[in-house]
Amino acid sequence: MIEIKDLHKSYKMGSNVLHVLKGINFSVKEGELVAIMGSSGSGKSTLLNILGMLDVADSGEYTLDGVPIKNLNETKAANYRNKFLGFIFQSFNLINYKSALENVALPLYYQRVPRKERQAKAMNYLEQVGLKEWSHHLPSELSGGQKQRVAIARAMVAEPKVLLADELTGALDSTTSYEVMDLIQKINDQGNTILVVTHEDDIAHMCKRIVYLKDGVIMKDEKVKQIKASAYV
Amino acid sequence: MNSIRFLFDKNTWQEIFGSIGKNKTRTIITVIGVLWGIFIYIALAGAAKGMDNGFEKNFETVAKNSIWAWSQSTSIPYAGFKTGRQLRLKVQDAIVLKNRIPEIQYIAPVNTKGAFGGASALTVRGIKSNSYAVYGYFPEIAKIATQKIYDNGRFINDEDIAQARKVCVIGDRTQQELFDKEEDPIGGYIRVENIYFQVVGVHKFTQTTPFGTDGDIFIPFTTFKKLYNTGDDSQFFTIAAYDDADVVQVEKDIKAVLRSIHKVHPEDERAFGAFNLGEIFNKIMGFADGITFLSLIVGIATILAGVIGIGNILLISVKERTKELGIRRALGATPREVRSLIILESVFLTMIAGVIGIILGAGVLSLINNLTKDINFPYTNPTVPIPYVLGALAIMIILGTLIGSIPAQRAVSIKPIDALREE
Repeated sequence: MIEIKDLHKSYKMGSNVLHVLKGINFSVKEGELVAIMGSSGSGKSTLLNILGMLDVADSGEYTLDGVPIKNLNETKAANYRNKFLGFIFQSFNLINYKSALENVALPLYYQRVPRKERQAKAMNYLEQVGLKEWSHHLPSELSGGQKQRVAIARAMVAEPKVLLADELTGALDSTTSYEVMDLIQKINDQGNTILVVTHEDDIAHMCKRIVYLKDGVIMKDEKVKQIKASAYV
Repeated sequence: MNSIRFLFDKNTWQEIFGSIGKNKTRTIITVIGVLWGIFIYIALAGAAKGMDNGFEKNFETVAKNSIWAWSQSTSIPYAGFKTGRQLRLKVQDAIVLKNRIPEIQYIAPVNTKGAFGGASALTVRGIKSNSYAVYGYFPEIAKIATQKIYDNGRFINDEDIAQARKVCVIGDRTQQELFDKEEDPIGGYIRVENIYFQVVGVHKFTQTTPFGTDGDIFIPFTTFKKLYNTGDDSQFFTIAAYDDADVVQVEKDIKAVLRSIHKVHPEDERAFGAFNLGEIFNKIMGFADGITFLSLIVGIATILAGVIGIGNILLISVKERTKELGIRRALGATPREVRSLIILESVFLTMIAGVIGIILGAGVLSLINNLTKDINFPYTNPTVPIPYVLGALAIMIILGTLIGSIPAQRAVSIKPIDALREE
């Protein structure tokens, strides 16, 4: 599903050059649930941003579902993001003046899906994350866990190839975190490919594979025995 | 094609309403800015037009290029004559003028008694009597200064002139003072200076000449000549130039011809006097045009200020919405879609403001029209020409697009990743 070869990325900070990714090689197969771990500054968020086409690598190859991702302009990137990727953010990033349903339906709007169909689909995914009754509430009326579940439904609604989650439990307490991870595991069990960036050990061990990043290189890449989050809920 | 579809897509508008409705106070204040601009524009343009129409109406009963010319006395000695020679216009002069100056459409010599000081004519009917100004008129007068004659009556005609008939047209005050209320004055006789005249018409007084009252009695020029023994003399000429003529030049030509006929020094400006209504009319219309132009400039400047206000607010709005726009782009909105959203918001706000402003402006114009209906004020039918309204709307769409493209460009110039980091 994801193929990455010798990925480099550096940022210019005034006269200093900060080399963040120093040759990343890594691949993800369909249906995997991968945690990318590392302390802050290890380059894990940069990696995720490049995977999410929100940022561009300096060099290296990136293939997503057989499509080489290169020479991106903003429009092309936007179309790829819309078609291939679902984003889940630490701070939820819901649009605060739109209801849960409208938020979930937004990616479909950019796919030019007709309104009726869009809403039916969005409602379907809200139901899957257990928030059907909350569909007409604004994000400000939802709890953190509920917001993140809306965000997950939004990431899922366009049926992307890969879900990218950046510290998705970072703003949640542990009980809520496990509830959200339980949902992520269920989505994964349905066959969806998911990448989770985290620095929390327990969250990482709820994935099937952990990639350890340190100072821009992969330290360790191992399959782990998945801990079911449902055990904690 | 794609953009047309985008424009008429219900979803596009839902997105726009969503983001406009998000901050109602800001939207309303923004709209008021442009609304005020277009309101001022419409109100000013309409008021200027109303004034224009008002002036037109005040002048509609008189030929807009009419000139009154009279003789005075010389101020420069010439051809053996001393200075201060009293001049007198002759009836034949009118024919010479008409022949020599092709711009003259009508020319009519006039004699009066009592119109410009001096004794007016004692007029008697039975036991009722009063004094009125008497005018010796040619029928052409009616073509220069419209005469409103009440039904059943008529103005002086060519036969009256040819036969020097003793007929007269009286004013409505004259009728009231000399005739009983139910009495039909037409065919009745009145005695003017010991001569009996038959009344053939009653004129409704309108200010068509620089002089005249509602009591004036008009008699045929030839009859006047006999009555007062004026010979070939004429007190003044009433002249109408063709519509396309330059009235100032015509006035100069008239005076030049009169000076040559009467052997007056060619530079003697005081020998003949003239009242040039055409020139005054042109000046007033020029003034009205100036007001129209000024109102146009002020209106457009105010609209411009309002639209710049919208641009300003949208810039702030885009800054506030950086994160939201970043989210949209992460979810697959293309830069073009984001740009269109912002520009359409701008155009939409401008248009809404414009339409409300036009409606309010039209309301105020009709209110002013109602208030000034009964007072003597040159203000009639204050309408704003449709091209002006359409022009204003076009200007607003263009300005809205231009102004909106600044925040739109700002919105897409930030990379989505930076936009998402924004707190």
